[in-house]
Amino acid sequence: MSLENETLLDMYWTMLLARRTDERAWTLHRQGKIAFHISGIGQEAAQIGAAFALRRGYDWIAPYYRDLALMLALGLTPLEFMLGVMGKKGEPSSGARQMPSHFGLRRANVLSHSAPVATQSLHAAGVGLAIKLKGEDKVVLTTIGEGSTSQGEWYEAVNWAAVHKLPVVFLVENNSYAISEGQDKQMAVPSSADKACGLGLPGVTIGGTDLVKVFETISEAVTRARSGGGPSVIEARAYRLTPHSSDDDDRTYRSREEVETHKKSDPLLVAQAFLASNKMATKAQLDELETKASEAVEQAVKDAIAAPYPLAEEALHPVYAEEVQHA
Amino acid sequence: MPEMTLIEAIRLAMDEELARDPNVFIVGEDVGQRGGVFRATMGLFDKYGAARVIDSPLAEASIVGVGIGAALYGMKPICEIQFADFIHPAFNQIINEAAKMCYRSGGEWPVPMVIRAPYGGGIGGGLYHSQSVEALFSHTPGLKVVIPSNPYDAKGLLKSAVRDPNPVLFLEPKKGYRLIKGEVPADEYTIPLGEAKVSREGTDVSVYAYGMMHYYTLQAAEKVASEGIHAEVVDLRTLYPVDRETILASARKTGKALIVHEDNLTGGYGAEIAATIADAAFTDLDAPVKRLAGPDVPAVPFSHPMQDWFMLNPEKIAAAIRELARY
Repeated sequence: MSLENETLLDMYWTMLLARRTDERAWTLHRQGKIAFHISGIGQEAAQIGAAFALRRGYDWIAPYYRDLALMLALGLTPLEFMLGVMGKKGEPSSGARQMPSHFGLRRANVLSHSAPVATQSLHAAGVGLAIKLKGEDKVVLTTIGEGSTSQGEWYEAVNWAAVHKLPVVFLVENNSYAISEGQDKQMAVPSSADKACGLGLPGVTIGGTDLVKVFETISEAVTRARSGGGPSVIEARAYRLTPHSSDDDDRTYRSREEVETHKKSDPLLVAQAFLASNKMATKAQLDELETKASEAVEQAVKDAIAAPYPLAEEALHPVYAEEVQHA
Repeated sequence: MPEMTLIEAIRLAMDEELARDPNVFIVGEDVGQRGGVFRATMGLFDKYGAARVIDSPLAEASIVGVGIGAALYGMKPICEIQFADFIHPAFNQIINEAAKMCYRSGGEWPVPMVIRAPYGGGIGGGLYHSQSVEALFSHTPGLKVVIPSNPYDAKGLLKSAVRDPNPVLFLEPKKGYRLIKGEVPADEYTIPLGEAKVSREGTDVSVYAYGMMHYYTLQAAEKVASEGIHAEVVDLRTLYPVDRETILASARKTGKALIVHEDNLTGGYGAEIAATIADAAFTDLDAPVKRLAGPDVPAVPFSHPMQDWFMLNPEKIAAAIRELARY
């Protein structure tokens, strides 16, 4: 599947918007204006390549907490994200009940996820089972970090999908760290995708900073899943350019030199270079997008600051589905 | 009205619900061709096919996690955990995912599903085929916990559970599967969740029980009646959310309360009932609230003398009623 110029620019725009939104959240945290942020910086190409391989609004997604770029591609707005980091009313993932970046967006078929990792993988398999039982041609994308593929529930989900030939794409965003632990502390294989061969489904490892490669690989997996060919595991290799979260200090476990080295292959810079070298965007166009992104993020921050907090008593509901109308 | 066993009533409820709603399906280990190790799903595979009575991989977290995903897509899974003793790998999916998802998504993602599990000892099952797990789950807002004590209730409660828009843990007293018989109408009926039932009227002592212990408690009440002690028996039926009004009304009426369960005493479900009565009916009481429960050892031992020592029976319950009546 080839990409039109316009689509590539749209992909780049979403990456850029995610990056500037993410960076702004770090600043807000360092200014003491928000309590917590968990970042997706360095993983935007993997997420955007995946998002654009889907039929957005039709296919289903079970994401994890670093998927800001993926979520923006699926229709989450910067304002909605900022409402989340500030714990403000109207935050669509959880009504500000969950910590920031614990995504969910019913209107875009995005399941709610929690903090215990790999639980969402099984939900994706379940959605895949339901799609198959109903005889539909939708596909489920579920994402996860490489550390979380150590969880039994991830293996169980991949095994289920393989046994029942379910339309699920398991995308592993390998960002090289599970908080402080490198990949060598998580697995004895070179890639989490290698685990797929033991479970009887295709496993592919690709560079996660290459937008086009990610798009093409996931498109192939999506096409196979949609046509009844079953699930795939794809590992997109990237690098977590920030600490694990705003509460982490990554100087305790990795050198500044290492991080600086990886900044040279920052997926946003890679994408800019790609657009420039293929003459798909002029410097003026890229500058214009920068301005647009900054304005969008600043407006979102301004609107989120002005937005009200939830009422304390909103914490009472909805424990059960019968209470949803009171929520 | 036909007489049937507890397990036949459970099977009939599932049969009727599978026939009523094409979104209902059963998933679990050996539930398909084998019809379940207890034969709860016997005949349903032949009647409804492999797509609606699904043999799962041997991984309990996946049975529940996949069920959650399917429920989020609009299906109505009935997940079978073969023995309640094996539910612990699925604890995370039940407690952190199914029970919290409606709340944590601000009502966007309710989880309509049933998890069935046979529980309880006295069947020579040793430590890992005898456990009572209700206390572990009756501490969890968002989850409903139901335990039937007779075939009529089992059919009506299970049908309500299937139609409930929330996750319902349906614990079945396995010792009573073929032992407990009763009349069950072939007609359509349901019994609302959340309502306890006074199953025997009395004036001297209120005895609270559920499941197999309710069956024994009725026998014990009959024994002591011939001695002039009139015990009122309350079948709790739904443990969470519990019917406080019916519990308190009986305690106020008799002034004496005994809670009976097979599970360990300490931190057991009876503690909550005792606290409820002590808190809200203290001035109506003529005696301390008493609990009769399993001993605080890890689980039911295999060898018969030790098993019998662990298990409650009508004689032990009758003795506890007599003692409280004398107070």
